[in-house]
Amino acid sequence: MTGGRLAVRKTYKLFIGGAFPRSESGRTLELEGYNVARASRKDAREAVVAARKAFGGWSAATAYNRGQVLYRLAETMETRAGAFAAACTGRREVARAIDRVVWYAGWADKLAQVLGSANPVAGPYFNFTIPEPTGVVAIIAPTEPALDGLVARLAPAVVGGNAVIILASDDHPLAAIELAEAVATSDVPGGVVNVLTGLRSELAPVLAAHMDVNAIDVTGADGDVAALEVLAAENVKRVVRAREDRSPWEIASFMELKTVWHPIGR
Amino acid sequence: MTDLQKRGDRSPVPTDWTYAPAPESTDIVRLQERYGLYVGGEWLETKDQFTTIAPRDESPLAEVGQASEADVQNAVAAAREAFKSWSKLPATERAKYLFRIARILAERSREFAVLESLNGGKPIKESRDVDLPLAAAHFFYYAGWADKLEYAYPNRSPKPLGVAGQIIPWNFPLLMLAWKIAPALACGNTVVLKPAETTPLTALLFADVCRQAEVPPGVVNIVTGDGSTGAHLVRSEGIGKVAFTGSTEVGKAIQRELAGRDISLTLELGGKAANIVFEDCALDQAVEGIVNGIYFNQGHVCCAGSRLLVQESIHDQLVRKLKRRMSTLRVGDPLDKNTDVGAINSKAQLDRITELVQAGTDEGAELYQPPCRLPEKGWWFAPTVFTNVAQSHRIAQEEIFGPVLSVLTFRTPDEAVEKANNTMYGLSAGIWTEKGSRILWMADRLRAGVVWGNTFNRFDPASPFGGYKESGFGREGGRHGLEAYLRFE
Repeated sequence: MTGGRLAVRKTYKLFIGGAFPRSESGRTLELEGYNVARASRKDAREAVVAARKAFGGWSAATAYNRGQVLYRLAETMETRAGAFAAACTGRREVARAIDRVVWYAGWADKLAQVLGSANPVAGPYFNFTIPEPTGVVAIIAPTEPALDGLVARLAPAVVGGNAVIILASDDHPLAAIELAEAVATSDVPGGVVNVLTGLRSELAPVLAAHMDVNAIDVTGADGDVAALEVLAAENVKRVVRAREDRSPWEIASFMELKTVWHPIGR
Repeated sequence: MTDLQKRGDRSPVPTDWTYAPAPESTDIVRLQERYGLYVGGEWLETKDQFTTIAPRDESPLAEVGQASEADVQNAVAAAREAFKSWSKLPATERAKYLFRIARILAERSREFAVLESLNGGKPIKESRDVDLPLAAAHFFYYAGWADKLEYAYPNRSPKPLGVAGQIIPWNFPLLMLAWKIAPALACGNTVVLKPAETTPLTALLFADVCRQAEVPPGVVNIVTGDGSTGAHLVRSEGIGKVAFTGSTEVGKAIQRELAGRDISLTLELGGKAANIVFEDCALDQAVEGIVNGIYFNQGHVCCAGSRLLVQESIHDQLVRKLKRRMSTLRVGDPLDKNTDVGAINSKAQLDRITELVQAGTDEGAELYQPPCRLPEKGWWFAPTVFTNVAQSHRIAQEEIFGPVLSVLTFRTPDEAVEKANNTMYGLSAGIWTEKGSRILWMADRLRAGVVWGNTFNRFDPASPFGGYKESGFGREGGRHGLEAYLRFE
């Protein structure tokens, strides 16, 4: 209670398909002073369905549009800087995270030029290679730093046109939910970013084994990463780890490469 | 020779117009009775051997070593030793070794082509005109990259990974060797390569190319054997990279095996490519492309156009033309220069094709095979087309890896995209239309790593190749193919 007024507390829920549902299981965990939703396997599967549905539109959006939408996310984050600061290590981390979103936003319409190529084949064909998003990506968010660590994995995956499911940090999930609220009020289409809170030991294997998930980012995985990789092999998932702090190659690790042979003739 | 008919004072003509045999001589190939493993620049004997044969008549060609776990360890150790100096060699010198290899392959191309057809069963015209020129070109292409890596990856300081364990299939033995070894060496790695069990001979002959090119001992090591040899290689402690081309099933097993180990992995796996034909295409050209797409190399091609999607309005006409064209395919001796479709690589593969074709008939699809006489010895399968195929049929979902085409229909471009993408694979696709904008519209929506417009099964060292989804990850060819063999600091 401050100034004689009782604060209105926030209910921290999941973020699936652009909506904020409670866990279908009705379970919560008490964390950082709040009852945070404890997502079930079914919630995880719902998130995959939502992501798959959103992938088509998001990946087909123009690169210019995706860049603008991501920049818009930076704007909505900026106005929530105070709330973010309370959910992570403070203002400096928030500033880093927002600047990171701006940096990646600018990559949207440059990726194909830096990662793609025109290939001089010996024959009457215009042959070119372009990066395309791999599809639905599960991201196991790094535990620390709660906000910037998450943004460092989310931004490169989303800017390339993927739809993502984030498994928030077990112990510090509030930053992820705050981020979901910023996403919801930006122009990111519903389902492109989905956030699950709960126990990662329970949820990560479900996403690693899911046949409609194309890639899994294990950067933040704790415990038995090898077991997740074994599950991921069932549909030849791309297993991604952070290599660099900020780089177009971090985007590339969530991308496929398509090569097209187009005929040339009179 | 065909009999000639005298016609008065005019020039004599043949009594019938069938092809005369045109066998390529095998004299140019000098096979040893027995081969060891090529390790550290020397030939090592193995405890066990197996016989490698010619699929065209099942005759034995040579005894080949079955590499044990200890043999594989020796090879990896030799590669690690060689890595110390090879990775420190001035990059321009590395490049020159690769240029030498490219030149020697071109010089000895006939010998390699004959051996490839002998051991693998593919038509000599394909090994001569496709496999060999492409293999040599691949070394030539990557040779030039060896001392230019920092231009491919500015500000990233590219470094080699160490020893690359490479496992290749039997459908393009030497070409797959080139796809694996050329970029690996260009990036400063050393390699242990395991050729397929049924086609070890051109890889073993490649050891002689390394000798001629004076490649330092241990930079290229060749270990032969069955699947267990490959498993030993993948499990080996000393490797920094695994590159595999083969079935999706084995690819998944390798991915599982490497779980929890920080080893770079690239997989080039199976496919079930859609070859999509629109009503406005140049029909005769499309028919040639369809035939090339599925009957090239007996259909033993991971990116083969095995699902033909035809726009409904031209289905009957196209199928008629296709059947007529199929009746002119010459099936038989791979060493005959007129042969279009050679021998099936192995008994096991023939059994698999036969089983899936039976499933096609059982599930209600309509089978057509042109009349052709198959040789009595050896393994053969007549070019086959199934019409009336449903998407749920096994022959529309499973990779057959043989000369078997499944025909489905569509009405709109959207439906074509939907059906083409309805597979766990995503390696390649073909589009036939005279409308350039439609090729690009379709290409944009097909979830496949390689998309061919008005052509099929075309390859080039400068063109990246590899799959989406369960067709694997990583690219071979082009600038993008370098990444599989580098780490960045």
